Amino acid sequence: MTQKVSTKKSGSFLETVVALTRKQFFIPIAALTILVLFNLIMDPSFFAIKLGTNSNGDPVLSGYLITILNNASELVILAIGMTLVTSASGGQDISVGSTIAIAGSVILRILCNRPITVANMLFAFLVAAIVSMIFGAFNGVLVAYFKIQPMIATLILFTAGRSIAAWINNNTLPVINDPTFAYFGNFIPGIPVPTPFFIAAICVIIITLVLKFTTLGLYSQAVGINPSSSRLNGIDPAKVKLITYIILGLCVAVVGLIKVSRISTINYSVVAKDIEMDAILAVALGGNSLGGGKFNMASSIMGAYIIQFLTTTLFKFKVESTALPAYKAIVVIILVVLSAPVVREKMSAFWKKVTSKSAKEAA
Amino acid sequence: MKKFLALLVTACLAFSAFACSAKKAEDDNGLIKVGIINNDPNESGYRTANDKSMKEMFTEENGYDASFAYSLKNDEQIAYAQQFIQDEVDYLLISAAGTSGWDTVLKDAKDAGIQVILFDRTIDADDSLYVASIVSDMAKEGDTAVSWLADQGLDEYNVIHIQGVMGSAAQIGRSGALDKKVADNANWNLVTQQTAEWNADNAQQIVQSVIDSGESFNVIYAENDDMAKGAVAALDAANISHGIGGDVIVMGFDCNSWALAELLAGNWNYDGQCNPFQASYIDAIIKDLEAGKEITEKVVILEEKGFSADSITQADVDQYGI
Repeated sequence: MTQKVSTKKSGSFLETVVALTRKQFFIPIAALTILVLFNLIMDPSFFAIKLGTNSNGDPVLSGYLITILNNASELVILAIGMTLVTSASGGQDISVGSTIAIAGSVILRILCNRPITVANMLFAFLVAAIVSMIFGAFNGVLVAYFKIQPMIATLILFTAGRSIAAWINNNTLPVINDPTFAYFGNFIPGIPVPTPFFIAAICVIIITLVLKFTTLGLYSQAVGINPSSSRLNGIDPAKVKLITYIILGLCVAVVGLIKVSRISTINYSVVAKDIEMDAILAVALGGNSLGGGKFNMASSIMGAYIIQFLTTTLFKFKVESTALPAYKAIVVIILVVLSAPVVREKMSAFWKKVTSKSAKEAA
Repeated sequence: MKKFLALLVTACLAFSAFACSAKKAEDDNGLIKVGIINNDPNESGYRTANDKSMKEMFTEENGYDASFAYSLKNDEQIAYAQQFIQDEVDYLLISAAGTSGWDTVLKDAKDAGIQVILFDRTIDADDSLYVASIVSDMAKEGDTAVSWLADQGLDEYNVIHIQGVMGSAAQIGRSGALDKKVADNANWNLVTQQTAEWNADNAQQIVQSVIDSGESFNVIYAENDDMAKGAVAALDAANISHGIGGDVIVMGFDCNSWALAELLAGNWNYDGQCNPFQASYIDAIIKDLEAGKEITEKVVILEEKGFSADSITQADVDQYGI
């Protein structure tokens, strides 16, 4: 009698495991767990957080976890926009790195000739946001109305964006020496948590509210799954796609602000270099289909943190410079293969076999 | 509409033909015709300064009729070179994106009687194919920096070495000197050696990672100014003093104006120059050739300085900052 109960329990446990593996956020959570365990075994001090002071005497938290939370912020914000774009248009925007350069350049251009006040910084950000949204709309129009494949449409700005960014500042490298401007990318005096984390958190909260209280999520998924049937149901697919690209443009402006604030200047050719690939990867790691349709915003955001966790881990273990991309590639291959629907189906079938076998043995 | 377009196109063609013929007429006025092939000026502060100095030198006032072409891609640059040969320029000035693949086009230039001068970067081609090359010696830049560091007389050198894009000439030259010093001396250690790919953000993360690990270090050797700036941001966040009288020596390269200003303020310790001003050297060579003189030095190595925070002056910042 007691035996029977126990098998039933183990059976249900395995079933929950199987059910879990089918959940979308299983892969990002599993990846995060592996990375956490790896670091815990190799060196538990990885998780130490210290409260110290910076050179201005203000309290700041430091430690690898803080570094991860801090540096993942840009990627988290981009992942939000990239997820929406992917869902609605079934493709990715590869121009985000270049348009970040443009947004950053605009901010510096405006602030360079003005005193650094809250009003001016707000003004600079608003202009950058409008510019980024216009560039986002440019991509969006090409994709939605001219029906160009997203990767090809955004290739235009991918190629031209950094030159445009340099042109905005007449090819000069503006440097802003006022420490107030550095608050967005570093610390606000008195607050020991890095500001980019708060900015990312605000973006996450906003998008959560938007997805909860508007039809944006529903519409973009509908358009991504089947544009013609959504049109028949009264949704304009082109408009929805355009809106997602404009939202991504807004995300780009926020990231541009953080990026230029981190070092108070800009280098047009390297700022946010290759970040588009990491943003796309974050979406993929989140288990979202890059072919569009259904999405899970939380898993994309998790994906962004995993990428930064991986980068920081690799830096910590001082992986040789030349080998760094290779290590990253290996981890990415494993994660992406594991999250492929084919592999996951096989895996859940395997689990089922194991469960039925153990049930039989118990009987 | 179509008619209007056709009219517009014809007008454009006619205008450009007129512009061409106008140019031709100028050539006969004794201007030296040069075709300049450079890398994209947006590539870096170095390139911007380089392009600016070329544009200032090769003007009509100075007796030149210059055409500029930019690309970061070798094959596009070669195509531009072919175009310049067809345009019958007198001199072809090239800063090659890649080192190989130039033989054929340079032979064509030679056959057409065009003199080729390389600047900034060398190529893998027979040296009979060009009259001179004016280049930076990146290995020497590294040597100058490392010997300056050795002169600081620290008991122990624990260096965070932040490299540029792996395989680039600047990275190889600037890494080589430090690698050799570390291998030869027991009191020189590399705390970490990683590439930040010229990117300030990555450099900040690398230094942050070392600080988080609690290892001690007293030198940051960053292979360009941007990365040094990123590294310093990490030091500031952890309240580690740097610059003159600080716990950590900060070294950068390229001599951006803002970086030299940091030196002047005593926040950094050293900045190595990578001289972008080849234009005056090229001008001198062309003048010699026009006067019928022989070029004795085929390879001209640019003079490059290293600035130290304790001796730099505002005049240096104004003169050498790019």
